[in-house]
Amino acid sequence: MSKTITIEPITRIEGHGKITLMLNDSGTVDNALFQVTQFRGFEKLSEGRRFREMPSLMARVCGICPVAHLIAGAKACDNILAVKVPETGSLIRQAINLGQIVQSHALSFFYLSVPDLVMGFDAKPMERNILGVLKKNPQMASDGIRLRKFGQTIIELLAGKRVHPAAIIAGGVSDPCSVEVRDKILSDIPEMMRIVQRNLDWYKQALNQNGSSSLRVSPFVEEIRSFANMKSLFMGLVNDDGELDFYDGKIRFVDSSRKIVADRLDPADYQNYIAEHVEKWTYLKFPYYKPMGYPKGMYRVGPLARLNVIDRCGTPQADLELSEFRGLSSGAVLSSFYYHHARLIEILYSLEKLEQLLSEPAFTGNKTRAIAGPNNLEGIGMAEAPRGTLIHHYKVNEYGVMQWANLIIASGHNNMAMNHGIMQVARHFVKGEKIKEGMLNRVEAVIRAFDPCLSCSTHAAGKMPLQIELARPDGEIVHRLTRS
Amino acid sequence: MSSSVKIKTLTIDERQVGARENQTILEVARENGIKIPTLCYLKGLSPYGGCRMCIVEIAGSPKLLPSCMTTVEEGMVVSTNSDRIKKYRKNLLELYFSERNHVCSVCASNGYCELQSMAQKVEMSHVHFPYMYPHLDVDATHERYVLDHNRCIACTRCVRVCDEIEGAHTLDIKDRGIEVRIITDLDRPWGESETCTQCGKCVHVCPTGALIERGKSVGEMSKRKQLLPYLTKMREAHE
Repeated sequence: MSKTITIEPITRIEGHGKITLMLNDSGTVDNALFQVTQFRGFEKLSEGRRFREMPSLMARVCGICPVAHLIAGAKACDNILAVKVPETGSLIRQAINLGQIVQSHALSFFYLSVPDLVMGFDAKPMERNILGVLKKNPQMASDGIRLRKFGQTIIELLAGKRVHPAAIIAGGVSDPCSVEVRDKILSDIPEMMRIVQRNLDWYKQALNQNGSSSLRVSPFVEEIRSFANMKSLFMGLVNDDGELDFYDGKIRFVDSSRKIVADRLDPADYQNYIAEHVEKWTYLKFPYYKPMGYPKGMYRVGPLARLNVIDRCGTPQADLELSEFRGLSSGAVLSSFYYHHARLIEILYSLEKLEQLLSEPAFTGNKTRAIAGPNNLEGIGMAEAPRGTLIHHYKVNEYGVMQWANLIIASGHNNMAMNHGIMQVARHFVKGEKIKEGMLNRVEAVIRAFDPCLSCSTHAAGKMPLQIELARPDGEIVHRLTRS
Repeated sequence: MSSSVKIKTLTIDERQVGARENQTILEVARENGIKIPTLCYLKGLSPYGGCRMCIVEIAGSPKLLPSCMTTVEEGMVVSTNSDRIKKYRKNLLELYFSERNHVCSVCASNGYCELQSMAQKVEMSHVHFPYMYPHLDVDATHERYVLDHNRCIACTRCVRVCDEIEGAHTLDIKDRGIEVRIITDLDRPWGESETCTQCGKCVHVCPTGALIERGKSVGEMSKRKQLLPYLTKMREAHE
């Protein structure tokens, strides 16, 4: 008789989600659904507000990566103003965004995912957390905290406060950066570089504990093989030189062999190449690459996708690491387990890039914003958030009052891939009527690898203890597992 | 001071104070360094008594009275900060917040708003009344200024300054109670107003983010609080 396993809510991710696994008569997974069960409706509530409020208003969808929303929102507003942001304003925006990439990636890797890597996927949930890491590998835990603090401090120094700063505005940023602040950030970068390098080395060694370069003998080989290890398209922003760019650039799609499917797509034309599919059982939509249709046009975004789409990072240390990363696969790196690896490389890139940006003479200039009124009735802003590409699309009336908004968010782009990933990992690890904690942790971990922000994508908030139920179609619970 | 002016003696917060006979309790309290919170009152404009933040207790009177509208009496015993008054002020503020959409975090006046600072001053931590979430418009039709009804507390400072200082009387109010709205001319969009002189006094006397300059982003709309006292002083000097 077929049964259903429900994992609700999922822990150690941002937001509120639920996984439903349907078992067939032989006790193997027949179907898997990743459901996002809450809705906040930011697009609707923005209607009637002044467009200048939009960056700050939209930043409220998330407390982890508000800066990316501020930037995508501000860029949409720049388009409404029809202005070019002054160089200083653009440099400061980019630096704030890189600070956010560092802090958010540090949170995802060290706080949320390292517990699985250090303690093992089968460790007791009570130990499998950042405090467990602190006990077992204090240096690593302190590195994670230090890195995150550094990223947060950049945001605070350049934008006024760590969460939901109001400094990123339509036309630029509100305040210039002093020489003292710039030098303070620059002085901390060498230490942060050492931290990232140390943990990249640890990560690579952890995957190859016996010193073999073959991942076949890695302690995580099963996870690498089954964590959304599948063919898909990848999407990300690249600059004119094909390099990594979190702030600007054009859209590129590559396929699973890293062959470019579409390149230099203008963010303003996103509706020509991205469409959204709706399913009744979840509030999270399913964006897809329009020319290939649904569901064939499945694509991934975020760190793994970005490293797959670019030609190079554009900074020396990160490019060295990228060449090693490329060696993991002959085409694109397909296993979503490697999102973790990609995250560390992106932190390295962010630190190097920060050093470059802060060393620009214009960084401490005084002209930080362009002044104008609404000149266009529509604006589209795109930026790379830690979790992937953000699209903010606003329409205003002639007085600059919001009439309509559409947001496509990183975790939305990844929705189809996450669903496929859960199916894959569940089929691999979940067997039989009796649920083991380690099985379910792996099902959750594949979601965690994407580091989705469900608060962003559909705007749910809060965390609750995990409860998993195995139920017969008639509703009888045959097994229940509760994590408090 | 003319010898015909009568002096009255009263007690405010257990302090003996002297006052001219036509003075209000609020004026006397402020002259003597006794702080009474206000939202609708603004020196230089006629008192209105609408916000009720300046309520005081007067011995022998069961009712709380607005100190901005109550003239002094000989022997009056006034209390400005009793527990009863504090409770009423906090409740009043909560009602203000629940009546419209005061979302400080995305407001242009965040950090410069008198309603916000008042809530902090009276230690308002929660709103115990259900929010009404009215659907209110933003009038952004004016070339230089924006009127956001969501942030308005109907203090009428803007109406009074427009009438009494600028002399334009562009702004007025319509309807009553929670339906009350600030209007321009005969309830036409502000941008179509033929009487507005674009002086901006209304913006700078507005205690909240209801009246702001166009182009201001979140937390950028600081008000020029010295504008009205300066104008008043200069007018008096010329009279």
